[in-house]
Amino acid sequence: MTKLTDLTIADALQGMAAKKFSAVELTEAHIAGAEKARGLNIFITETPDLARTQAKASDARRATGKVSELEGIPLAIKDLFCTKGVKTTAASKILGNFVPTYESTISQKLFDAGGVMIGKTNLDEFAMGSGGITSAFNPTINPWSGSDPANAVRKLVPGGSSSGSSAAIAARVAMGATGTDTGGSIRQPASVTGTVGIKPTYGRCSRWGVVAFASSLDQAGPMTRSVADAALMLKVMAGFDEKDSTSVDTPVPDYMAALGKNVKGMKIGLPREYRIDGINPETDALWQKGADMLRDAGAEVVEITLPHTKYALPVYYIIAPAEASSNLSRYDGVRFGLRVPGENLNDMYASTRFAGFGKEVRRRILIGAYVLSAGYYDAYYRKAQRVRRLIRNDFEEAFKQCDAILTPAAPSTAFAIGEKQDDPLQMYLEDVFTVTLNLAGLPGICVPVGLAKNGLPMGLQLIGRAFDEATLFTAASALEKAAGFTAKPPFTA
Amino acid sequence: MTIDQKTVAKIANLARLKIPVDEQIHVAGELNKILEWVAQLNEVNVEGIEPLASVNDTSLRARADIVNDGGKPEDILANAPAKTADFFTVPKVVE
Repeated sequence: MTKLTDLTIADALQGMAAKKFSAVELTEAHIAGAEKARGLNIFITETPDLARTQAKASDARRATGKVSELEGIPLAIKDLFCTKGVKTTAASKILGNFVPTYESTISQKLFDAGGVMIGKTNLDEFAMGSGGITSAFNPTINPWSGSDPANAVRKLVPGGSSSGSSAAIAARVAMGATGTDTGGSIRQPASVTGTVGIKPTYGRCSRWGVVAFASSLDQAGPMTRSVADAALMLKVMAGFDEKDSTSVDTPVPDYMAALGKNVKGMKIGLPREYRIDGINPETDALWQKGADMLRDAGAEVVEITLPHTKYALPVYYIIAPAEASSNLSRYDGVRFGLRVPGENLNDMYASTRFAGFGKEVRRRILIGAYVLSAGYYDAYYRKAQRVRRLIRNDFEEAFKQCDAILTPAAPSTAFAIGEKQDDPLQMYLEDVFTVTLNLAGLPGICVPVGLAKNGLPMGLQLIGRAFDEATLFTAASALEKAAGFTAKPPFTA
Repeated sequence: MTIDQKTVAKIANLARLKIPVDEQIHVAGELNKILEWVAQLNEVNVEGIEPLASVNDTSLRARADIVNDGGKPEDILANAPAKTADFFTVPKVVE
C-alpha cells in the first residue's frame, strides 16, 4: 500500500470513505512526517495537539455520516493567516509573539470543511521575498536539495514567499497548504518544488485575517500535489466574504467538473514578450514542450502579444512597497507586537520598527514612503498606476484571441541559500513571469511539467480570464496529464 | 532624482524607522539602485491613461451603518505590550 503521506487529497478522502484508515491515522502519519522533516525548517509553529483534536473530531463526524469536502485532511497553513489561539508571526520579529484572538476567513473555511492543521509554515518576512530567505526564523530548505537536505552542500530554497508551504507539500508533510501570492509567492515556489499552486482572481478568496502586504495585489490560494486537489481546496477557500471589502460576490463554480474536460478547440496564447533576453534555455524548451502537449491534446496554440510586460516588475516595485509602507504603519509597538522603549513616543515607534522589521521589509517601507511622499507621488506612484492599467489592457486585448495563456512560471530551477542575495534586484527578477497577473488581478496556476538536467523540477504557468478559474483547471489538468510528472524529491517525510 | 543621506533620514522619519546614521549612506545606495531601475517607466507614454488603483472596477460596497462587532476589551488588549485596566499605555506624551 502507498504510504499515507504519499496520497493525494482525493485518494485520502476515498481511503477514509472506504474505512481503510482514519483521520487520526492519517494525521499521525503527517505529524511524524513533520518531526522527521524538522531539519528543513518548514514550520514556524507545529500544532500536533490541535491536529490530533481536529482529527478525532473529524472521525467522530464521519461516524455520524457528516462528511465535508476536506474531512480529515492534514493541511499546512502559511504563517500569514491569523489562527485563533495559535501564534501568527508573518515570519517577523515584530509579530514574534502575536497570538490572534480571531480566525482568518480562509482558515476557518478550511476547518469548517474538515481540514486538520499540522502547523504554521515559514515564509519570507511579511511575504516579501522569493526564497524564504528574509524570514526572521531562518530559511526553509527545499526537499529537492538531496536525500539529507539539512546537510546538503547546496541547500536549495523552496521559492518564496510561500516557502514552508511549498516545501511541506513536496516533502509530504501536508497534503495541501495555503499560500498567498502578491507577485508570484504561490506560483514560483510551486514551480521550484514540483507542486501545483493557484493564485485565484483578485477578490475570489477573502483576505480577512491575512496579514496584509499589498492590499490591491494580495490573494490567497491553495498549494497541492495535483490539479484535482487544488480544485478541491479552492472550492472550499473561494467565495464572498462581507468582512473583506474587495471580496467579489459571484458564484463559485464546481471546479471538479472542469477537470479532464476536452481542450479541443481551446485557444492557448503564447505571449512573445515572455521570451525574455537571457532566458534559461531549458525554461524556454520546457515552455515549447508544454505548448506542444496542449496542441497534441487538441488545443489551438496562438502567438499573442502583451506589449507592456517588461514594465510589470518596475510597476510592482513601486505599487507593492507603497501599499506595504501604508499597511505596515500599524506596527508601532502600541497595540500588539514588539515594543522597544524609546526616549519619547516617536522614538519608541522608530526604535520598535527598526528592531522589529528585517532589512528587506525596511527597504520596501522606505521605497514606499519615498514614492508616496510629496513631490514624488505623481512621478512614481501615479505613473506606476497608469502603466498598471496598460498592463491590464494588454491582457484584455490578448483574451480576445485566446482562452488561456501559457508561460514559464519561474526563470529557472531552485537557487541555493546564499545566492541572489547581494543585490535585491536579482531576487526581484524571480517574479518576472508571475507578477503581471497580480497587477491585472487575473488567476494563474503553476503545474509541474518536467525536470531540468540538474534533476530539479520546473513548472509552467497558465493564466486565465478574471473569475474563470474553471477554464484554467481544464487546461491545467490536460497539461498535468500530458506531462505525467511523477518525480519525487530525494527526501520525503 | 537621487536619494542622498539627508533624504534617507527624512523618509526614515516619515516611516518612523530609526535607521542609524552610519547605515544611511548604504541604504541610500540601495534605494538609488532600485529607483534607477524603476525609472524605465519614463519610456512609457501614459497620456490620457487613468491610474488603476484596484482591479475591481466597482466601487467599494457600503454596509448598513450598525454596530456588528465589539464589546471585547480582553481580545483587543490580549497582545498589548503594555496596558493599564482597559487601556493601552504609551510613554508620556503631555508634559
